[in-house]
Amino acid sequence: MAELPGGQESVSARHNAGLHRFALLTAGATFLLLIAGALVTSNDAGLAVPDWPLSYGTWMPPMVGNIVYEHGHRLVATSVGLLTIALAVWLGLREPRRWVRRLGLLALAAVALQGILGGLTVLYLLPRPVSIAHASLAQLFFCLTVSLAVFTGPGWIRQTPRVTDEGTPWLGRLCELTTVALFIQLVLGAAFRHQAIGVGPHLLGALAATVLIVWTSRRARAPHLPGEMRRPALLLLLLLVAQLLLGTGAYLARLAAVDSSQPTPSFVFFTAAHLAVGALLLATSAVLTLRCHRRLLRAAEFPSVSSAIQRATP
Amino acid sequence: MLLRKLLTGTTVLCLVILVGCSRGEEAAQPQPPPARPEGKSVDSATAATIQGRVLYQDGQPRRNRIRMAADAVCVQQHQGPVYSQEVALNDNGTLRYVFVYVKGQALAGYSFPTPTEPVVLDQRGCLYTPHVIGAQTNQEIKILNSDPTTHNIHPVPQNNREWNTSMPPNANPLVRSFPREEVMIPVKCNVHPWMKTYVGVVSHPFFTVTGEEGTFEISGLPPGDYTIVAWQEKFGTVEQTVTVGASETKVVDFSFTPGGSTD
Repeated sequence: MAELPGGQESVSARHNAGLHRFALLTAGATFLLLIAGALVTSNDAGLAVPDWPLSYGTWMPPMVGNIVYEHGHRLVATSVGLLTIALAVWLGLREPRRWVRRLGLLALAAVALQGILGGLTVLYLLPRPVSIAHASLAQLFFCLTVSLAVFTGPGWIRQTPRVTDEGTPWLGRLCELTTVALFIQLVLGAAFRHQAIGVGPHLLGALAATVLIVWTSRRARAPHLPGEMRRPALLLLLLLVAQLLLGTGAYLARLAAVDSSQPTPSFVFFTAAHLAVGALLLATSAVLTLRCHRRLLRAAEFPSVSSAIQRATP
Repeated sequence: MLLRKLLTGTTVLCLVILVGCSRGEEAAQPQPPPARPEGKSVDSATAATIQGRVLYQDGQPRRNRIRMAADAVCVQQHQGPVYSQEVALNDNGTLRYVFVYVKGQALAGYSFPTPTEPVVLDQRGCLYTPHVIGAQTNQEIKILNSDPTTHNIHPVPQNNREWNTSMPPNANPLVRSFPREEVMIPVKCNVHPWMKTYVGVVSHPFFTVTGEEGTFEISGLPPGDYTIVAWQEKFGTVEQTVTVGASETKVVDFSFTPGGSTD
């Protein structure tokens, strides 16, 4: 098997450019699916198609009014499902690392479960726990597809020296904490959007996530760290600024739309964009976390960079 | 081997769940009416009447324009701009679509047969017509789709069963009823998010919805003390207590303002 103790793959785990590009395509399509799902919620279109898995008893209902959003979401979801099946099969046939193949299967199971949750939300008329679970699993599934793109990429497979992080807490641990906090914040956002909670917990979550992102980004942009960490760290900061602005816009648009007889365009834009940038934040943080685990050593375990390099070199 | 097993397992699981969950638009069957002891009926010789008007006290309310561009068929149904019927002000300063009814406690001991005539609710011009309706418990509500476009009709009650059914163009009328009292049940079309209507369901026939004159009349009441309630979609409810004697007619007016209501 092409694995070494400590999670190191040997050089026999070759970069498969086609597979990597396909994993990127799947992740990109999943991001579009997230936006399509956000448009369903923002336009209050979740029940515009009362049946499932068919839509008005057919595969292609009249695309009018909010049916466009709900059925469009189903079409994109079907495409992502097919892409995920193809990716899992491709990984199963061509990927030498067993844990990556298993991750492909996990993605397949996740997308199947996600489809079922989506169906249940329709059939049981948007029960909040199911709707929130559907929204949360969407974020996890996006992270899974992004992770597969990372694991199949040349940057992950290439053997490069590892560097030591001497900070406390260890940067990898800090990134993990930030990623978990961002996921919790996205779940709180989903709960607020589906009217299960007020805005208070989501605002507190935003505060915690902001502190963690700024801290993580500052640590990960240290000059001695490689560009593959500094770049996502900078991206995290930029996305955070955009997300705070979009969150404020979404809240103001929600207040302004209280008396409106239908969702306003500004409300739809801000809420959908807020969800999309939230997903990008989570995925960026997840990528940074993975790269930390791949490229960083704990100072306590490996006191010097040279010894670390020796350990990492086969 | 493991890959094949997992793929097979996932496929089987999905098929089982798909088959198990796959229900189309299951008809929400009217629930059987709760058992109700037989009570006395109203003596028409002594029946009283309560009538009045529902006034709006603050000039011209702000009207929200509806954007129907999401469905070209809806746009074609109208000549000019369409406004929300949330606050419908008549020319004489009264309000249309206010549900006025008698609170039930004073009528305990009486029983009222369920009307055989259904209440008709139409979907016309991508709006509900009328905008507010009332029905007695278990009274049939006949829902029509006069539009050449697809609607779905989705009541969101608290005390009755929620359902969601599609109505394509030329669909047969849909007949439903609500077995429990509930004021008001919001009903919406998720295809056209501006489409909303409300159904007031009470266990007796003493209710009405104000029309183009903004007046109401509740007749056939047994003499007694009553609480009359007026519900308006945006402004909420206001109550007044009234005592009517045998064959008496009392006048009760209601007033609403943007900040709430005044009796």
